[in-house]
Amino acid sequence: MKTLLGIGGSEDSLYALKKAIRRAKQAGDDLTIAIVENPEAEPTQTEIRDRIAEELSAAEFDAEITTLSGHPGSELVDLAERGSFDRIVLGGGETSPLGKVKLGEIAEFVLLNARTTVTLIR
Amino acid sequence: MTREYPEEIAGPYDPPPREFEDQEGRRITVRRYDDGLETLVEMYREFNPEDRAQGIPPAKEPQIRTWLEELLSADCVNVVAWHEDRPTGHAILVPDGEGASELAIFVLREYQGAGIGTELLESLLGAGRKEGIGHVWLTVERWNSPAVALYQKVGFVSTENGNFELEMAARLTDSDDDRS
Repeated sequence: MKTLLGIGGSEDSLYALKKAIRRAKQAGDDLTIAIVENPEAEPTQTEIRDRIAEELSAAEFDAEITTLSGHPGSELVDLAERGSFDRIVLGGGETSPLGKVKLGEIAEFVLLNARTTVTLIR
Repeated sequence: MTREYPEEIAGPYDPPPREFEDQEGRRITVRRYDDGLETLVEMYREFNPEDRAQGIPPAKEPQIRTWLEELLSADCVNVVAWHEDRPTGHAILVPDGEGASELAIFVLREYQGAGIGTELLESLLGAGRKEGIGHVWLTVERWNSPAVALYQKVGFVSTENGNFELEMAARLTDSDDDRS
């Protein structure tokens, strides 16, 4: 299966990175990791790239890494279609102080607009 | 996150205790809650799964316990509505670490639609104000119109920050924020 992981640097996207790499390795999936612009996230794109390299080498797995500029949701949906991906994988949202799950803007856009299956990782 | 609070002060409401007859003629008492975990665990075990929202309350008992332990910690404000010795509704304010508090309310299904939510929320906001809380926000699913109407009734207005959810805020005092 051809899987596209979108990562913008939020807590939940970093968690999704770790899990997605592990799953792709187990399933023998072809994984592409797309770094997107998330103005709400703290880490810079270089920091995210370093983090991805670290996780990949720790897992002894290889994935293609690409950077998308512009509106993160639509760029991901677009790349998934152009690249004939089977699935988009994203972080499953942040939790409020009270424990309410809050989906990020990127996840909301992708869920509503993607033609592929979307997996949110919790 | 920057959030617009309404100019107008909500209420102001009296802090608990308060006692009233609900629209079904049941005698309901609202009090600050400091009874420990077990009574509320019982209430949430009875909670109808269809009434869960945004992932809370958790469905299984171990997760209910962990979640409640956090809510019953010292800096949160908890208010419970009782029918005789049975807890029927619970409302909470949790500090968000950014100078305001997040609000949530849960009422058991057989006690919904009887005016308990309004009394519970007014009591909670009154208790919060007494504790020095001046800014309160919440998120609610956009399609949950009974809940949105209830929040509006006690003074919340939409902040337009939400995505799937509607975010609403209320002002309890005229200070700038709650950090001292």
